[in-house]
Amino acid sequence: MRSNPADYELIAPGKLQAVIQLLTNEPGQWLPIAGGTDVMVQYVAGKLAARKLVSIWNLPELRGIETLPDVIRIGAASTYTELREHAVITREFPLLASAARWTGGIANQNRGTIGGNIVNASPAADSLPALLAYEAELILVSVRGERRVSYLDFHTAYKKMNLAPDELIQTICLERRFSGYLQYSRKVGARNAQAISKICIAALGRLRGGMAHGELGDAIGSEVDDVRIAVGSVAPVPLRLQQVERIVKGKSVGSELIHLARKAAAAAIRPIDDIRSTARYRSAVTANLVAEFLQQLGATAPRRESPYE
Amino acid sequence: MPLTAPSKGMADSSGKRKPCELSLTVNGRQKTLRVFPMERLLDVLRHELGLTGTKEGCGEGECGSCSVIMNGVLVNSCLIPALQAAGADITTIEGIASESQLGTMQAAFLECGGAQCGICTPGMILSACHLLNKKPQPTLDEIREGLSGNLCRCTGYMQIFDAVAEAARRGNRS
Amino acid sequence: MTAEHIIGKSVPRKEGRDKVTGAARYIDDMTLPGMLYGATVRSQIARGVIRKTSFAPHFDWSGFTTVTAKDIPGKNCIALIGDDQPCLADGKVNHPEEPILLLAHADPHLLRKAVDAVTIEYDSLPPIFTLEESERLSEIIWGTDNTFKTFLIAKGDVESVWGKADYIIEGEYTTGAQEQLYIENNGVIAAYDAALGITVWGSLQCPYYVHKALMALCNLPADKVRVVQAETGGAFGGKEDYPSIIAGHAALLSMKSGRPVKIVYDRMEDMTATTKRHPSRTRHRTAVSKDGKILGGEIDFAIDGGAYATLSSVVLSRGTIHAGGPYYWPHIRIRGKAVATNAPPHGAFRGFGAPQSLFAMERHMDRIAQTVGVSPIEIRRRNFLKPGETTTTEQMIREEIDLGKLLDRGLELSGYEKKKARFGRENESGPIKKGMGVATFLHGAGFTGSGERYLASVVGAEGCSDGCVRILVSSTEFGQGTNTVLCQIAAEALDLPYENIRISQPDTSLVPNSGPTVASRTAMVVGSLVRSAAVGIKQTLIASGMLGGSYSPGQFRSACQHYLAQHGELRSFARYDPPAGVFWDDEKYRGEAYAAFAWAVYVAEVAVDLSTFTATVEDFVALQEVGKVLHPVLARGQIAGGVAQGIGFALYEKVVWQNGRMQNGQMTNYIMPTSADLPPIRVFFEEMGNVHGAYGAKGIGELPMDGPAPAILNAIEDALGTSFCSIPLLPEDIFEALSAQDAQEPRVGECL
Repeated sequence: MRSNPADYELIAPGKLQAVIQLLTNEPGQWLPIAGGTDVMVQYVAGKLAARKLVSIWNLPELRGIETLPDVIRIGAASTYTELREHAVITREFPLLASAARWTGGIANQNRGTIGGNIVNASPAADSLPALLAYEAELILVSVRGERRVSYLDFHTAYKKMNLAPDELIQTICLERRFSGYLQYSRKVGARNAQAISKICIAALGRLRGGMAHGELGDAIGSEVDDVRIAVGSVAPVPLRLQQVERIVKGKSVGSELIHLARKAAAAAIRPIDDIRSTARYRSAVTANLVAEFLQQLGATAPRRESPYE
Repeated sequence: MPLTAPSKGMADSSGKRKPCELSLTVNGRQKTLRVFPMERLLDVLRHELGLTGTKEGCGEGECGSCSVIMNGVLVNSCLIPALQAAGADITTIEGIASESQLGTMQAAFLECGGAQCGICTPGMILSACHLLNKKPQPTLDEIREGLSGNLCRCTGYMQIFDAVAEAARRGNRS
Repeated sequence: MTAEHIIGKSVPRKEGRDKVTGAARYIDDMTLPGMLYGATVRSQIARGVIRKTSFAPHFDWSGFTTVTAKDIPGKNCIALIGDDQPCLADGKVNHPEEPILLLAHADPHLLRKAVDAVTIEYDSLPPIFTLEESERLSEIIWGTDNTFKTFLIAKGDVESVWGKADYIIEGEYTTGAQEQLYIENNGVIAAYDAALGITVWGSLQCPYYVHKALMALCNLPADKVRVVQAETGGAFGGKEDYPSIIAGHAALLSMKSGRPVKIVYDRMEDMTATTKRHPSRTRHRTAVSKDGKILGGEIDFAIDGGAYATLSSVVLSRGTIHAGGPYYWPHIRIRGKAVATNAPPHGAFRGFGAPQSLFAMERHMDRIAQTVGVSPIEIRRRNFLKPGETTTTEQMIREEIDLGKLLDRGLELSGYEKKKARFGRENESGPIKKGMGVATFLHGAGFTGSGERYLASVVGAEGCSDGCVRILVSSTEFGQGTNTVLCQIAAEALDLPYENIRISQPDTSLVPNSGPTVASRTAMVVGSLVRSAAVGIKQTLIASGMLGGSYSPGQFRSACQHYLAQHGELRSFARYDPPAGVFWDDEKYRGEAYAAFAWAVYVAEVAVDLSTFTATVEDFVALQEVGKVLHPVLARGQIAGGVAQGIGFALYEKVVWQNGRMQNGQMTNYIMPTSADLPPIRVFFEEMGNVHGAYGAKGIGELPMDGPAPAILNAIEDALGTSFCSIPLLPEDIFEALSAQDAQEPRVGECL
């Protein structure tokens, strides 16, 4: 234990208003701590810069998952366990449910929160690609009231985000419109559990019904209507592979298109060599997983009887 | 022979008075202590309360040796600041057995070879009890997943799986 | 002779109840009144001269005890085999994390800050970090030629085979460092008393190793040093010699401060500063006939020992002796060497050199198979040692082992042939490629050659007034079942209930030296002595007329009470007696290397996902012949645990080095398998008995470490058609190899 508890303050005002008032009155002084699965690791390692912390763990305003007809509103302090066990999230937002399942072990899932994952902004965070794919909307709160930000615009650079020093994330909103989509996610880590991801991909896609001739053998495909491909651990921030999406939209999935998509994916990402993996490996596997997703997407096309059968 | 009395020396020797009064329930008993709010729950249990069954293996929330049940939910006590445990209901390994009788899970661990060196065992048993509370008849895959936050270097996990399955067969209640 | 009623049964673990209730006390659970905490200031560089040590002026140093090399009352070394490792660096440092200065204080938080408040300035010297750099001798960092030790095993006339060979097959195989990763970090408590001397409680394997080291360090006689083993949370060799260092540090701080001192490492300090498995490089050159018979060969086995000699010579010995595997070599030359680098000294880890050289042998057998054009199964069958043949050290195989039959059983249990056929078809499409791999091997139990004679182990048994018998050994429990198995043996020998046998805590003031708890010797060698000592108690009572030839536990108790009333003490000691006619030549490294070999066939089923280049073990069969299974649950647990570590050694556990320092010294970044990563590990035994071991037992603790890595890499080669010769083998390595392959056609036999 490389920190001295005596050197730290931690308070728990218990009400959201009190917390945001504190963040406004004493700017830059207080670090919010929810479940602590990131902050406490830094603390125990002697690497926590902050000396004053304010607990947002049990603020009722940050908790709870509300299901409305068109949108689901997730309190920022919802734990991964709460996400995993929520029927609507499991059914309609499997990319988020699987990310929750892949983060740490059970004990850490019981304490880690989606809001904490976002604000900690590790490039390797497992839930963030899912939020990008679903195009989440964040509701931020401060003494000035609510501010809504598209998650696509949230992360601006490594550990820099569209969040004022006196703001907290209150709610993550996801639109309930993905029932017709293929949902694909994969995490590649050093082991099957408790692994920081080397590559993490969350993708959604839907084909348009159509009779366009495809290239993939006898699977006569229809065109890609909507596609979102998000990856983590391959850039300073989680990325939507918009170049890949542009190439793929409106086309039928075939081997030529997949080849182009692979190249575009490799060009779009900025992976590094680090203690866990290498840039070359990350590049190659990202391309493979993008290809796998597109293959699965292509396979959702209705098959037309081949004249040769 | 070394004494096993809990060391209250850690904070006192620094000369600083601890600012926080903390009340919580541990193994069914109400406790009130003076702590620093950022003391780790792990250290509160081990040093303030002398409950040394909960272990420190890594200090990063990876090994699960520090697992306890807090408000019905499995947590790594090395990552919980004391203040966030205020008013909590905590069960440690010492709360699993009654005075005279081992819990079902503990007996199963003994019979099946689930404990070798024993250092991961308290956390592993709590994790397994937590799993059976949620899933009384887990599949092998569910057991694997449920215990994936508890590292064991001795057993290769096989006999731990046997123990959990055996406890499930006997209807573990903890 | 009555049928065995306790041996062969899975009796309850002796200390098991305490472990499952959290009552078991490990070092960090214990305190002493007035205790201080100790910490170590360590070198930040790999090699150099200490120019200056400064204590930050703004820091309040009052209340601190400081110890440097100058405070050492005795010899500044960690006495083990050679005396080259200082307890505290004195002017020179030779590896990152080398201990320089010790601090103690009552407040562990303040202590932490104090460590950071010491600044050491160095004049750096050029360091060496690899085996190859060490061999090149561009820098001499140890002795005259950077070489701790060499061995030569020469059987027959190896030069005679090259001309007759149809094939000459070469290969180079490397293994990386591996961290033992016991879940309980190293820790000790030392208490010095002017009258009593030094007492140390520790998480350790070998109380008498620590005892010897402290005598020399503290300049105290044997009866003024007392070492007590506390409950130990895993060891695997990582607490064989290292505890002498941490105990020495705590003892010095206690002597200087006059207070008890506890030193417990956190995970990062333990990983970066303590011992690891020796990295290795093995080169094979083998002469083979066209029908796949080994005619002879050369093996060069090299290990990286780190900065000081410590245990490297013994690791080298075992690795060199095992390098030829379970095969018949009519002619062979094996050269072993251990060299120095500027890393923290490497040390004991389960297997102790054999996992390294057997990895090479078993990979090389598959290469031989491929070159000759026979299956990996057939190549082994044709070369297995048979009773009446001799090993590489010319030890005659006297037991009726039939390795071909063992192999058949292993293949059947694993479904090898059926799976291979199925995978051959399934691998044609899809990104998942599956393969089967086999490793066949042996592991010698007990100390090598004259080692057990040199140890001259002594075991005691003591009759108590309640009719119980207490076993007195320095052999330690750290999960493997020492307490349980030794009590079983005594119970069986005395025909008493298992519950009536106790085992003393290993405390050098109470127990004789039964040798270190290493080398898979406890059940076999110490167990045999336990049996003798227990029988001695019985014989003493019978000879005194107080006990009949057969008796009830009640009668036994009465006899003890009578005897104790008359004589005050009822004790029996047994000393190791080397078996007659067993011959070992230390000069020529020839003869009976081990009292017993266990034999094994391991089969791995592996799936490689080519989209992520990840290899996963899907099924694992571990079949071994182990003499006698004393306790089925414990034995299965030992094998499963060892296989798990072997899987980690092969596919997961990489030490990332930079300038001699481990960079990934946290559980987040040093990857050991979780419960979600391991396949079913299916364990099977054959039992043939062993004349030297208690109730026929052979040693099994280290055996399971030898087989998994080569079996897994053999399976990966089967799956992909690509040969890998280096572990740990990570997905990144598989990716690079396959990319390179796509770029060009590799030569036959080229290793990637």
